Amino acid sequence: MSASAPSMKERQAALKGLGTSRKRVEDARFTQGKGNYVDDIKLPGMLYGDFVRSQHAHAYVKSIDTSAALALPGVVAVLTAKDLEPLNLHWMPTLAGDKQMVLADGKVLFQGQEVAFVVAESRYIAADAIDLVQVEYEELPVLVDPFKAELPDAPVLREDIADAKEGAHGPRRHPNHIFTWEMGEKEATESILASAPVVAEEMVYYHRTHPCPLETCGSVASMDKVNGKLTLYGTFQAPHVVRTVASLLSGIAEHNIRVVSPDIGGGFGNKVGVYPGYVCSIVASIVTGLPVKWVEDRMENLMSTAFARDYWMQGKIAATEDGKILGLWCHTTADHGAFDACADPTKFPAGFMNICTGSYDIGTAYLAVDGIYTNKAPGGVAYRCSFRVTEAAYFIERMIEVLAIKLNMDAAELRLKNFIRKDQFPYHSALGWEYDSGDYHTAWNKALEAVNYKELRTEQAAKVEAFKAGETRQLMGIGLCHFTEIVGAGPVKNCDILGMGMFDSCEIRIHPTGSAIARLGTISQGQGHATTFAQILASEIGISADDITIEEGDTDTAPYGLGTYGSRSTPVAGAATAMAGRKIRAKAQMIAAYLLEVHDNDVEWEVDRFVVKGAPERFKTMQEIAYASYNQAIPGVEPGLEAVSYYDPPNMTYPFGAYICVMDIDVDTGTSSIRQFYALDDCGTRINPMIIEGQVHGGLTEALAIALGQEIAYDELGNVKTGTLMDFFIPTAWETPNYTTDYTETPSPHHPIGAKGVGESPNVGGVPCFSNAINDAFRPFGLTQTRMPHDHWRIWQTANKLGLHG
Amino acid sequence: MIPGTFEYHQPDSVQAAVALLDELGDDARVLAGGHSLIPMMKLRLAMPEHLIDLRRIDDLKFIRIESGVVHVGAMTTQHELINHAELAQQVPIIRETSLQIGDPQIRYQGTIGGNVANGDPGNDMPGLMQCLDATFTLLGPDGERKVAAREFYEAAYFTARDDLEILTSISFAVSPGGYAYEKQKRKIGDYATAAAAVLLRKAGDGVACSFASIAMTNLADTPIHCEAASQLLQDQGVNDASIEAAVASCIASIEPVDDNRGPVDFKKHAAAQITRRAIKSAWSRT
Repeated sequence: MSASAPSMKERQAALKGLGTSRKRVEDARFTQGKGNYVDDIKLPGMLYGDFVRSQHAHAYVKSIDTSAALALPGVVAVLTAKDLEPLNLHWMPTLAGDKQMVLADGKVLFQGQEVAFVVAESRYIAADAIDLVQVEYEELPVLVDPFKAELPDAPVLREDIADAKEGAHGPRRHPNHIFTWEMGEKEATESILASAPVVAEEMVYYHRTHPCPLETCGSVASMDKVNGKLTLYGTFQAPHVVRTVASLLSGIAEHNIRVVSPDIGGGFGNKVGVYPGYVCSIVASIVTGLPVKWVEDRMENLMSTAFARDYWMQGKIAATEDGKILGLWCHTTADHGAFDACADPTKFPAGFMNICTGSYDIGTAYLAVDGIYTNKAPGGVAYRCSFRVTEAAYFIERMIEVLAIKLNMDAAELRLKNFIRKDQFPYHSALGWEYDSGDYHTAWNKALEAVNYKELRTEQAAKVEAFKAGETRQLMGIGLCHFTEIVGAGPVKNCDILGMGMFDSCEIRIHPTGSAIARLGTISQGQGHATTFAQILASEIGISADDITIEEGDTDTAPYGLGTYGSRSTPVAGAATAMAGRKIRAKAQMIAAYLLEVHDNDVEWEVDRFVVKGAPERFKTMQEIAYASYNQAIPGVEPGLEAVSYYDPPNMTYPFGAYICVMDIDVDTGTSSIRQFYALDDCGTRINPMIIEGQVHGGLTEALAIALGQEIAYDELGNVKTGTLMDFFIPTAWETPNYTTDYTETPSPHHPIGAKGVGESPNVGGVPCFSNAINDAFRPFGLTQTRMPHDHWRIWQTANKLGLHG
Repeated sequence: MIPGTFEYHQPDSVQAAVALLDELGDDARVLAGGHSLIPMMKLRLAMPEHLIDLRRIDDLKFIRIESGVVHVGAMTTQHELINHAELAQQVPIIRETSLQIGDPQIRYQGTIGGNVANGDPGNDMPGLMQCLDATFTLLGPDGERKVAAREFYEAAYFTARDDLEILTSISFAVSPGGYAYEKQKRKIGDYATAAAAVLLRKAGDGVACSFASIAMTNLADTPIHCEAASQLLQDQGVNDASIEAAVASCIASIEPVDDNRGPVDFKKHAAAQITRRAIKSAWSRT
């Protein structure tokens, strides 16, 4: 090898493949304001839609008078349910097997519900016209408390299905009851609870919050009446599914619909579902023959498009006196709002809540979830988590703390005692999952050492004494959390959305000069797919990530996929990318062997080339191979170098992490300040450490928001009390602490590159960690459990109830 | 979140603005920084037919310190208040308070005149102005008049300003001695859960308190100047017992309401703590 030729290490580095902290290629346009979002789309003659929304949480709609609005110059149309009914679009199916009103059909069921859709020549005229639509309501009693849903005097919300004894997920026992979902062994668990030496019991509430992406939801529908093709731009986390749904709903053949997700300004689950605005923009475009844009404002986003959580989790945990957990019981009352529009795989009406045995070896468990209708907005999406995993993690990580209190035991010690051991993987959980891999003890011990855990406890004890002696008004909380996620939905045999198996896809074309384009069925909302998927491919096919274009989101060009949510892009589409890359490489091997005039088996892969075994000076680079594939007639090999892979994952992946938070709390003002936050994540193979760190910082900050104040609160009349960013807590840099990130690396045994997904881990683990810190601060004063969100006044109330204000 | 239709006016003198207001009457609203009015318009809770924007009136932008009195033009932004070196030296509590308002972007736009004239109990400046015993100058069709900040606020969004008047300037004496503006808020940019402005001066003997003034923000439908508490500190000096008595007096004078920032008992307790801190901090700076 000549001195000037790059070494293997240099060639490896030049690829910018797996493990490289490659800068995000997307940021050049985002940081310069050159992104292209839905609201940036302007088509000739475009009209603007806006909603008349209900002020009432529950009311009959007696009449809608649109005449004054229609008389306003510039107003083109006002759609009501009556106009949609002939098209059978006044209701639409939800992802959860329920149906949802597109526009109020005789009644409204939550504040902010869509009642009429005004279409006008400008956004300003549309806003003026909304005030001119006269809606006469007859108010009805409001149901906001899911525990009152089945009382004799409870109002019946869904009169359309009041008599249906069977729902999408089994029998219904009351008109306000949606489903009951059971997993595990009820009798065996209850018998353990009855006989166990120690049983701790607690109601763990995970409040209603909202993903609140920076960009709200919106769409632009453009029906070309000449060629019969509908183009739909929108904020879709799953554009291909939207195309299928749009086809099924509208009757337009699927090949005549093109769905485009342009740049998306954050999704966090809020952009998975199908919203009335999308449907109305399509109908309005069909009716008018002009493009119609609908973009919701911030208040509409918080009030009407998908919320997250609102789970009341009653838990019982049984253990021996020395802290070995024997059994776990959970009954969840799930407040789904007015329509069951959760975005979960079809067979999982409570998502993957049955991951609620967490990181622990719990032999026997039982979970039941009751879905309930209330007069609140529909949703129940996975806000920066895989389907209900954050609820499950919060539940078990609170129950561990509650059990530690009952046992008078250190909660870190209790965790160590009950972790699933490394040698138990693959581990079959009592609630039906097969954990692929993990090494919890190593991660946990690393975390405890990193923060000097024992010293922290000593300092905390001293602080308690100082408080009791009147020397300070501050308390110190140490929040612990060891979480296990279940992401990467999922195997087609048990995961589908509206019947579509949850595989994903990648299609690669290598160009003659050795650069490439890869298209995927997913869609980035800020995750950096254009950066990381190119890195996966670079390592597989030996072409620099800088020479690979990644494209997603246009259903006319990208292969079918189920989209991006639930940390599924890397586990599923990432796997498809690697597999498609391997197909490329297999063909490249044949070409290389032909060019080198040796047998296929006599060449081997080396970073970016095939070399003749035993003769490393004889090689063909991927670039040379690509060129040859287009200009040489190779016997038995088709021209070109392309591959496609549709990947059906054999299992979920199970990222995990160990988080520790140290917090100081002022008992008089209820304010808290985070002194230290240590986050160790194990997401298997690390594709881009810099992006991982960014994901962890972002997810932790959203977790901080949720734990400390981010709430969609209703009053007893069903009015949204937190419908603006004045009251809905979004932390700024000022409120965000410094984070220390760390990692262990336990590759997934079934994923082609061993990656597990990381985007949601910090949110899943962060919320219990922050919450546990608050709870822990008050443990020395007899507290077992206090409710999230831990905003100033609730922390103050906790202190007050414990008599800490004298 | 889209306002109704309105006419926009941009007069270049105070006289022209007053004349416009006189001509347009109730249908017009004066626009300063817009941080209160514009959101109200976007929510259509305010639907003025005419907006009279004062931003082009250079005569309303000034900070002058003359003979121990500070004069501030109504259109002076919070950013300008923060960065005025002499003001920061002569009346440092202005800077300390201004830094607690919104965030830098808001402070580039937000004005002291808008902040004090709107009558929003959440605004920080009204309480501070009461603490400083400031005087507001109002200009209307009948000429100019002056109203003490302590007499200005009647109820939430109701003030002594007549609809046809424009608040043109604010004046207050320079304030040597200790100062503190303590504010509890949920996040940067938020209104106060509880806030207290405190000014204290030590007597020549280095022990007694020769001057005290305390005012509180967002704990009633107007700012609260705690006259009795101020008097108490002047009479008894600043010590643990007098601080507790003064705090108790302050808390007795507020009427917070239950809202998303918390229930009444919490707010009173937090307000007591904030006031206690502010007094101690101000005294430590004398």
